[in-house]
Amino acid sequence: MIRLAPAATLVLMLAPVAAGLAGTLLPAFGLVPALGGETLSLEAFRRLAAQPGLGTSVLLSMGTGLAATLGAFMLTILFTAAFEGTYIFRALRALLSPLMSVPHAAAAFGLAFLIMPSGFAMRLLSPWASGATRPPDVLIVGDPAGIAMTFGLMAKEIPFLFLMVLAALPQADPARARRVAASFGYAPVAGWLKTVLPRVYPQIRLPVFAVIAYATSVVDVALILGPTTPPPLAVRLTGWMNDADLSLRFMASAGALLQLGVSLAAIALWIVGERVLAWLGLRWIASGGRRAADRSLAALSGVLMSVLTGALLLGLLVLALWSLAGPWRFPDALPASFTLATWQHHLAAAGATIGTTLVIGLPVVAIAVTLALACLENETRRSRVLRHRSLPLVYLPLIVPQIAFLFGLQILFLMAGLHDTLVAVALAHMVFVIPYVLLALSDPWRAIDPRYGHVASALGASPGRTFWRVRLPLARRAVATAAALGFAVSVAQYLPTLLIGGGRTATVTTEAVALASGGNRRLVGLYALLQMALPFAAFALAAVIPAVTFRHRREQEPGA
Amino acid sequence: MSEPLTFEKVEISLAGQPLIGLDRTIGPGEVLTVMGPSGVGKSSLLAHAAGFLAPAFRARGRVLSGSIEVTGLPAHKRQLGLLFQDPLLFPHLSVGANLAFALAPDLKGRAAREAAVAAALADVDLSEFAGRDPATLSGGQKARVALMRVLLSRPRALLLDEPFSKLDAALRGQIRKLVFGKARARGLPVLLVTHDHADAEAAGGSIVDLTLSA
Repeated sequence: MIRLAPAATLVLMLAPVAAGLAGTLLPAFGLVPALGGETLSLEAFRRLAAQPGLGTSVLLSMGTGLAATLGAFMLTILFTAAFEGTYIFRALRALLSPLMSVPHAAAAFGLAFLIMPSGFAMRLLSPWASGATRPPDVLIVGDPAGIAMTFGLMAKEIPFLFLMVLAALPQADPARARRVAASFGYAPVAGWLKTVLPRVYPQIRLPVFAVIAYATSVVDVALILGPTTPPPLAVRLTGWMNDADLSLRFMASAGALLQLGVSLAAIALWIVGERVLAWLGLRWIASGGRRAADRSLAALSGVLMSVLTGALLLGLLVLALWSLAGPWRFPDALPASFTLATWQHHLAAAGATIGTTLVIGLPVVAIAVTLALACLENETRRSRVLRHRSLPLVYLPLIVPQIAFLFGLQILFLMAGLHDTLVAVALAHMVFVIPYVLLALSDPWRAIDPRYGHVASALGASPGRTFWRVRLPLARRAVATAAALGFAVSVAQYLPTLLIGGGRTATVTTEAVALASGGNRRLVGLYALLQMALPFAAFALAAVIPAVTFRHRREQEPGA
Repeated sequence: MSEPLTFEKVEISLAGQPLIGLDRTIGPGEVLTVMGPSGVGKSSLLAHAAGFLAPAFRARGRVLSGSIEVTGLPAHKRQLGLLFQDPLLFPHLSVGANLAFALAPDLKGRAAREAAVAAALADVDLSEFAGRDPATLSGGQKARVALMRVLLSRPRALLLDEPFSKLDAALRGQIRKLVFGKARARGLPVLLVTHDHADAEAAGGSIVDLTLSA
């Protein structure tokens, strides 16, 4: 059984991607017998090309995605270079881990409520500083160039990249590397960039690609913060796909292929940039320069990092305020009164969406954790680490833009009669939950001293007993954390839930995003808060349960 | 009395390079010491016997306990007691539970098993320690618990991988005496790998020295 685990995991994770891509490819070239397409044609592409503003949409997707990734990457790297090992670094580390579990949509709503003309920031400044007694008539959220969206994506991707850098750091031995560099007279940032970054970067490269693919094809954040005239490509595609006019799906499929091309082109551009920077970097290292504008870079990265993290946190606080707000007129900084009315009116409906979210998320997480454990245990028993060969495969579902294969998957589920069912939605969630659970569990699992297993076997414990009584308890914290992360990933899924659920599966995330255009800030606040509360609850449980089950043991668990 | 432990033309190689070979029989109650600096593959000899040789290594030859070929058995049926330089008590289990983990399942009944654990602890002057968290024990106490844990699993032989090297000098002699004494009392064959001459002398058995040939 356990020997089949890696294959089963790969199938559950990659088969939907492959089948979905095929299911996107065929209609793009006019081949869907069920919808009357029986001959190969380029008609779908011709219609797509004729859409007004298509070029702008493509440029928006590419531009905002690359800018957000580059911004988040540079800020993360410079901040780490300047502050690693300091008190500020540890403080931010403690803040960023929970922020990573906040769904994109909730973070985007928080930022929107903060920076929009009638938002919290403007209220704090009005009227004493801005002189405004009415919200100024400027387009801050939804600006045509997608600046708000870029900053939103950037703020939300920083925690992810930061955690990836943290995970990669120990292997680069940064403290000693910097000490050696310092002894040669290198200033901290220059020393870090020259000695640590080259060793860290190869390990965060795949996560960076995942960020590019996500940021160039994002839908929920774009609906909340992005421009509308025209919107980025992925938003338009989703609109066509959900249109009652089924013939639009041919064009949508062609568009999904275009989206795939856009995201891959963005990654290709990034790779070109990598090469250029590596070449320049080697020359810079060889030049022996001891400084890298250290002070100004440190100040700049520190300020920007604090501002973005602060904005993210403040935005979440504003969401909570709105869900509890009574009358709250501009420019009052706080509501005139607080009330539970919003919660009372919508609790029943919200309860149903929470139920759906759990019914999808819990089994998906249970299966994903089981498969991940089975894969890792199989690896341990055969004492082989498949890391290098399989790692790109694990990242594949995160690097192919969701929209490119979800269209095809939707059509396939339709043909299989599974469309709009919870099972289909759960299968789609699995594609994204499995990679994160595997990534979160692998390193702590491999860090367990293999001799514990050897001792157990030598004492006569069967492989099963060694797993249940020794290895699993040793890894319990990592397992709990990986499960919580998997659940957070499932909760945050917008596009898979929307497309595969046919709009009939309402989770807290799809509900929250659906409310975006409605303008009821109290209700948006409520749902966005629920979006955050579910992952937080999962992480809180993950922290408490392992501690309670082994409350008499002092903590000396390796690798967790 | 136990059966002798035989290494029959055992040869271990890494990437085609022969590392180490052993063709010896260790009688009941005897100690064979394999000496050599680190990196010559001493530990791979134990790993091969116990069934944990990493796939990069290749091993030839058989290991027998009496007439039973242990190298033909799965690792958990070999009943070869392992002691490493770290005591490796399971951190999530109490001292008593660590010992109970090793106790053979055919000893039935909670009271009987608890009594066996208590007797084992009393044997090394650690009565009242059953409920303790291993993390709260001193280095010497951990070493004694690890030894009793191995003995409770009723091994056919003991395989010792530098088991004294992390103990401080005062303790080392004491634990050495305890380990070799218990092994001799039970008539267990012992294979000891070490780089410490004092270990070899204390063991008192024959010595295979790899320092010169390596």
